[in-house]
Amino acid sequence: MRLQVASRLAIFALIELARDPEQKLSVGEIGDKFGVSSHHLAKVMHALGRAGLVRSVRGVGGGYRFAGNVRRVTLLDVVNLFEDISAVEGERSGTAEATDAGQALGVVLDEIDDIARATLGSITIATMLKLMDRQKSGGTKS
Amino acid sequence: MTPSQHSDTTPDGDWFTIRQVTHADLPDVVNLDARVTGMQKQDYWDDIYVRFVERGNDKRFFLVAQANDAADNPALLGFVVGEVRAWEFGSAPCGWITGISVDPDSRLHAVGECLFRSISEKFEAIGITTMRTMVGRSNHLLMAFFRSEGMMAGPYLQLEKELG
Ligand SMILES: CC(C)(COP(=O)(O)OP(=O)(O)OC[C@H]1O[C@@H](n2cnc3c(N)ncnc32)[C@H](O)[C@@H]1OP(=O)(O)O)[C@@H](O)C(=O)NCCC(=O)NCCS
Repeated sequence: MRLQVASRLAIFALIELARDPEQKLSVGEIGDKFGVSSHHLAKVMHALGRAGLVRSVRGVGGGYRFAGNVRRVTLLDVVNLFEDISAVEGERSGTAEATDAGQALGVVLDEIDDIARATLGSITIATMLKLMDRQKSGGTKS
Repeated sequence: MTPSQHSDTTPDGDWFTIRQVTHADLPDVVNLDARVTGMQKQDYWDDIYVRFVERGNDKRFFLVAQANDAADNPALLGFVVGEVRAWEFGSAPCGWITGISVDPDSRLHAVGECLFRSISEKFEAIGITTMRTMVGRSNHLLMAFFRSEGMMAGPYLQLEKELG
């Protein structure tokens, strides 16, 4: 499955900040790590701030701190700020979709959407950090 | 110590003990399950007890978490049930968690995690290297719990069909 660039950046930025909730990182620092422009990332950070997931810190250089609950914020919470991962409205309401073939395809696509939502909705930022630790120690087992 | 006095950062239960179920625990198991699922299933639990404990073998586990200080807590804080199943669905032997529940008033104090770890250790001790379970897609709580314990989607998909 594909996530939009903004969703991916938001997840990366949150993970980076949540690794150490005390640390403050500037947009430039996060952008450098993931190889993205500060301009694009600034918009994403602003949206995360509006959602209460990060807090901007004033002072030299400025920056952001993690402000959410690392054990409760799920990937779906983050993705939902930037996109609707289920079908785009127009895509499921055209002439083709009203046919029997279109409706059957709709059932199959809904199944995929449901699984994607259940997966993203059950993985918290804390679970992502644990997953990264496990990958570092060489395996996906707990 | 009551759950509210207990720090949720303590990794292992110092205020409760995990042990094998006894016949005296069954009414509490039935009640806890009924409270969590909304359905009283006495016959089901009697049957599980017979299969897992009375006729039990070293591949079936039925564990409970009990508060050390029974005066302040419900007698039974939670339970986990699991067994090794082999060659069904073409799968090599694997440990299945078939049920886990924690008393709603005792949640978020690592009881679930300790039950999960205890059954994992039981499976590992008999040479099992994979553990599986099945979760309702809309059971967000249970799904988040299993994910946080490191479970990921496995290589099988569950399929079903309405009959009749
Ligand atoms: C899922 C369940 C077993 C968890 O028990 P618990 O004792 O509260 O779990 P723990 O305190 O050990 O939590 C372990 C981890 O699970 C996750 N978790 C637990 N409750 C959560 C919640 N409400 N939201 C998100 N994550 C949660 C957390 O990551 C938690 O780790 P943390 O404390 O570091 O954040 C319990 O909530 C329960 O019995 N739910 C009903 C289960 C059910 O439906 N059973 C019937 C079908 S088998």
